Amino acid sequence: MSEFEPKIVVFLCNWCSYAGADLAGVSRYQYPTNIRAVRVMCSTRVSAHIVLELFKEGVDGVMVSGCHIGDCHYINGNYYTKRRVELAKKLLELSGVETDRLRLEWVSASEGEKYSQVISSFVAKVKELGPSPVLKQKKLVTNLVAAVEASKYFRLKTLTGKEVKLTGKGNVYDEVIDAQNYDALIDKAIEDEYRKSLILELTNDNARSVKELAKELGEPTDKTLEHVVALRATNMLALDHIEGTTPKYKAIFVGGA
Amino acid sequence: MSNDEKRIGVFICHCGSNIAGIVDVPAVVDYVKTLPDVVFATRNLYTCADDGLTSIRDSIKELNLNRVVVAACTPRTHAPLFQSTCQEAGLNKYLFTFVNIRDQCSWVHMKEKEKATEKAKDLIRMGVARARLLEPQEEVKINVTPAAVVIGGGVAGMSSALSIADQGFPVRLVEKESELGGFIRNLGCIYQERQDAGIALKSITDRVRANPNIEVLLNSEVVSAEGFVGNWDIVIDTKGQERKDKVGVIILATGAREFVPKGLYGYGQYDNVVTLTEFERIVKEKKLPKLNSIAFIQCVGSRGQDKSYCSRICCNVALKNATNLADNWKNMLGLEETGKATEGAVEKAAPTETGERKRGRRGRRGAEVSEEEGAPAGQKLDIVIFNRDIMSYGVEHELMYNKAREKKVRPIRYTPKNLPKVGMEDGKLVIDYWHDTLQMQRKMEVDMIVLSTPLVSQPDASDISKMLKVPLGQDGFFLEAHVKLRPVDFATEGIFVCGTCKGPADIPESVSQGIAAASRAAIPLARGYVQPECLSAFVDSEVCSGCGTCIEICPFSAIKKNEKGVAEVTIAACKGCGNCGASCPENAIFMTHYSDEQLLAEAKAALQEAQG
Repeated sequence: MSEFEPKIVVFLCNWCSYAGADLAGVSRYQYPTNIRAVRVMCSTRVSAHIVLELFKEGVDGVMVSGCHIGDCHYINGNYYTKRRVELAKKLLELSGVETDRLRLEWVSASEGEKYSQVISSFVAKVKELGPSPVLKQKKLVTNLVAAVEASKYFRLKTLTGKEVKLTGKGNVYDEVIDAQNYDALIDKAIEDEYRKSLILELTNDNARSVKELAKELGEPTDKTLEHVVALRATNMLALDHIEGTTPKYKAIFVGGA
Repeated sequence: MSNDEKRIGVFICHCGSNIAGIVDVPAVVDYVKTLPDVVFATRNLYTCADDGLTSIRDSIKELNLNRVVVAACTPRTHAPLFQSTCQEAGLNKYLFTFVNIRDQCSWVHMKEKEKATEKAKDLIRMGVARARLLEPQEEVKINVTPAAVVIGGGVAGMSSALSIADQGFPVRLVEKESELGGFIRNLGCIYQERQDAGIALKSITDRVRANPNIEVLLNSEVVSAEGFVGNWDIVIDTKGQERKDKVGVIILATGAREFVPKGLYGYGQYDNVVTLTEFERIVKEKKLPKLNSIAFIQCVGSRGQDKSYCSRICCNVALKNATNLADNWKNMLGLEETGKATEGAVEKAAPTETGERKRGRRGRRGAEVSEEEGAPAGQKLDIVIFNRDIMSYGVEHELMYNKAREKKVRPIRYTPKNLPKVGMEDGKLVIDYWHDTLQMQRKMEVDMIVLSTPLVSQPDASDISKMLKVPLGQDGFFLEAHVKLRPVDFATEGIFVCGTCKGPADIPESVSQGIAAASRAAIPLARGYVQPECLSAFVDSEVCSGCGTCIEICPFSAIKKNEKGVAEVTIAACKGCGNCGASCPENAIFMTHYSDEQLLAEAKAALQEAQG
């Protein structure tokens, strides 16, 4: 069999990285053919859910590349890019996909050589990791669906969007949260939201008990119970029926077209 | 015509042999014809040439194409051409997609023809997937207020103001100091013709003052600016008095200041260790002390010491001052009138270098020797320039360097590993340095040391950056939209930049930039309207909860809460970066022309396998 040729999607910001990629061409810096670039105006455009969605479809690797911090055409867009990629990475990790399959790079319009190096090194890394395991394991697909949903959910979006304000100017009570605490806060939130999304995903078709869910989630039952309580409180999960003495829950289908 | 039916035409460019030499273009055309909704696919030797463009126009008309994909070089240079071609044939330009198969395919996979061909197929399939979801957009016309504000009354700002005013538009020239002139006010004379800086400055300030279209506002600052190209509402503060104003364009010319080399080379510790600008002022005010020797030290605090960059002008300024001193030192030191006694004193003490410099190396290396032997007969002022390398770029500056060498100005090279050290011995300034040519440590007594420190950004640059939402580079200077192709534009339309606030520049460069910025700024003023590109965010007011995340995030203040308490985008101010769209907690923001659906369709298409 021929060598594994990964398919890698690269998001390039229009102003720096796309120009850098063009410069690599003009300078004839050669790199592997495995990448398929998608142009966006700013790397900040690439929401975590877009990245996760591609992993759900079986992409072998995704790279997001923008202007260097401080050089963003839109002043500070790439600062948010960093946060979004971190969010996507964390969710990938929780879903059980190697986080090295997602990479963030800063490539300026003048860094054609760097672009070719960055691509070569990333392609080599993904080749080393091998083909994406996602499409071969149904569980991974389910996990990634939950990850996509979690990343779209307002709590994580608010936290990533308001970071600058909350760690800088402070919240409405003028409480400023320091960056380290904020990281911890976001990490915890990502985990909670992912698990909650996964519970909803797992109970979409079949009602399940807390114990069953805890087993699927790989966490202590009391943790899962907390999530179930939270989901019930927000009317996203409901008691379906009771089997013996065990209550079984099912996701409530909310709106949507 | 059915709205749903997608009729996509794909034009694949050979670009001579640039693409076709690597990618099997006929095979790609055959493949592309199999893609859904593609009703026409062809190849052109040069799609950007007349027959290529004609084939696009004709196909749109004859085949009723409602989406066009061109696979060729790069959208960065050629998208506008193909977009206007589509428009000429009656197709909305937003229904066009560019696929880059040259710069990012054939040129970077020159030895992998088969794989490059497969990649080209994939890329075009992605482009077609995107094209399928494109929507026509209507660009709105917005009227322009025909007036400009220039922030900063230095030579760049004044040149800019004059140029705009001469084109017939009113200009407010806002200067925070109490007089016009900026940095030049510090200078004694201007290289290369040694014109008195004051006279040069007066000739331009007089023209500014006399121009009826220019309103000069001294002791003033622009304290707020809201709006977008063509329609800026600004507030000008003059000594506490605020005035509201409306302008169409803003030109930023806030200049730079000199880096203060605190703690470097004895600055602030010893008298007679001064910066280049302090030296200029001393000369201008004719307060130069009696000297027998003077040393310039270049790159103080720049090129990796405190600042990373080269300040570009200091080599030339040091050469100017050195040459002036060599030519005119008696006059500059006030010795011409004082007669022989003083001159004698200078003469006696002239050769000041200590150490083993008397050892004979005469005759072996001519130039070296004269450098080591110090001041030649007839000239008694010893002038040394310690440098890492003298960057006298361009035609005139190199001549100045040659002239300085003729005048026996001695360049002595140092390396960043062996910086010269300044100390005081027996009441005399001493430079202890490593002589790179001689490979030995040496000492030199000098009467004065001039430190060439870089121009650095103004302390209020970051405030202005925040106020106008324009970026600063890593070194604190304003960052233009494109270093080569758009040197005086900001990415934000309607704001322009010139002079030393975007990096060190000398007077002619600042003047050129000022005039360039004026000519760019005059475009919307003269046209009378602006038509911003339709790359904007849209808020679904039904879904928006009014949380304000997008308002805080938007780098251009393009989003406001409307009377219903939900977010609303000012289309003319929005640049389409998509940060708000990616951040919206309710997923209520939709990006025109770069929607989630379009991006995902394009990216997912990459994952399918090309058949055939």
